Amino acid sequence: MKFAVIVFPGSNCDHDAYHAITAVLGHSAELIWHKDTDLKGAHAVILPGGFAHGDYLRTGAMARFSPIMRSVAAFADAGGPVLGICNGFQVLLEAGLLPGAMLRNRDLKFHCEHVHVRVEQTDTPSTLACHRGQVLRLPIAHGEGNYFADADVIARLETNRQIVFRYTDAAGNVDDAANPNGSVAAIAGICNEARNVVGLMPHPERACELILGSCDGLLILQSIVQACRQGHLAGGSKGHALQPA
Amino acid sequence: MRARVFVTLKPSVFDPQGRTIADALHSLGYGTVEDVRQGKYFELDLKTTEAAQAKALAAEVADKLLANPVIESYRIEVD
Repeated sequence: MKFAVIVFPGSNCDHDAYHAITAVLGHSAELIWHKDTDLKGAHAVILPGGFAHGDYLRTGAMARFSPIMRSVAAFADAGGPVLGICNGFQVLLEAGLLPGAMLRNRDLKFHCEHVHVRVEQTDTPSTLACHRGQVLRLPIAHGEGNYFADADVIARLETNRQIVFRYTDAAGNVDDAANPNGSVAAIAGICNEARNVVGLMPHPERACELILGSCDGLLILQSIVQACRQGHLAGGSKGHALQPA
Repeated sequence: MRARVFVTLKPSVFDPQGRTIADALHSLGYGTVEDVRQGKYFELDLKTTEAAQAKALAAEVADKLLANPVIESYRIEVD
């Protein structure tokens, strides 16, 4: 299958994603410049980490005006799997494809470390190969990952089971000390109502080989492959029911 | 006309930068500073002489781009 990895000016994890998909997973990927409008037949789209458009104004704020984002929105609307990683998650928030916004980390520090996240939902194309409650060890590298939404939105996310990943300790317990940035409800990742668009702050693409300290990120990329094999492709029905692992 | 747009985090949103600035001021001995909220400031030069039109236009671009309504609010002055 084929992934599209979107390249904004300032993206710096695009090649990490490309490497994980092609060299590790053995699938094809195409780097697509933000001024293009064609996703070139990709079955899934990745918005990679970095500092799109220099993070001018707000993180991810300018990227929504890139021409490719209209195609990404149409792809998402048609049910295609979209994964936003770190800055890619911030872009999805600013583009309105996911609810909420990011604030500076509560301690104002840029955090670059491995953290634990618990998989809360497995009926998204990005978590299909995981088990509910599974704890993944993934790296984070961000200064603005402090997820915020008002209480009504958080309640809706809980009701609709849209909180996909939470920061936990190694045993999978939500603990404020294990929350690296102050995110409300320990949110590390969410999905849209149709469940095909997922954003998360940790970097699964940087955790696909043992030499990098963790292989847990492979599960997320493998989930997308598995979801596509099950027919969760662009053009499929919205909210297509997936069979969790 | 010129429109000035002041964007700050909503009162309900914790402002860690503002808190840190307040702490720094306290350590400088400014104990009467109770709290600090920091934000962004924009000057828009507009091709109009109508204050109402300038204000409406500034509000429109603030809503669409300058502020993120999830976390921020704004105030506009025109002259």
